[in-house]
Amino acid sequence: MDARVSVREADFDLSAEVAALRAGDGGVGAVVSFVGTVRDRSDGQALSVMELEHYPGMTEAAIEAMIDEAQRRFDIRGVRVVHRVGPLAAQEQIVLVAVSSAHRGQAFQACEFLMDYLKTQAPFWKKEHTAAGARWVDARVADDDALARWGIRSDNAG
Amino acid sequence: MKVEVRYFASLREGLGASQAVEMPAGSTVGDLRERLLSSSPRHAELLARGRAVRCALGQRLCDESQRLGEGAEVAFFPPVTGG
Repeated sequence: MDARVSVREADFDLSAEVAALRAGDGGVGAVVSFVGTVRDRSDGQALSVMELEHYPGMTEAAIEAMIDEAQRRFDIRGVRVVHRVGPLAAQEQIVLVAVSSAHRGQAFQACEFLMDYLKTQAPFWKKEHTAAGARWVDARVADDDALARWGIRSDNAG
Repeated sequence: MKVEVRYFASLREGLGASQAVEMPAGSTVGDLRERLLSSSPRHAELLARGRAVRCALGQRLCDESQRLGEGAEVAFFPPVTGG
């Protein structure tokens, strides 16, 4: 089976990723995928580049642990997470979370759980470049609140 | 004992990617932060108490009460913003 987690500069192909996730598993009746993309504006300024930094090793291990937790909580069959790093232009793809299951409900929930978890617990940092200069993106309390819905406390935003 | 400190994102820009620090046996992650805070004005600013700084020990998120071992890898970084 292919690796569950890929952190890399290269882009991903949603169709190919979903096909690989389903391949050879006749029990799959639902695949839910989420794709996060780079918005073209930040605080009213046109975004030129979004830079993504990560903590090599820890990032992959943290996402693997999240997938293990999702598999304990939900009746799902396969998970694939791809997260890009390095410089990204506006409208490029940043992240993919895809989940397969027998029925849609568990796949929808697991996909949202994984994204909520990843936003606050995986070591990635975004830096936006606009005409006004470069700035590190602030963490959002709303993302901690999103994870709290699953009964997991996060103080990421401080 | 010697520990390796790593920084990421805004902390890396201000303090460099990594540094080696000698700490007394039994020290915690919080003790290490205190030691770093007093080591330079730039450390004092970027690692100031009251600033949102997260830490990891052995590449796992931790709190500052965790004890350091010989050769430990400790990272300090701002709140994460992936996804």
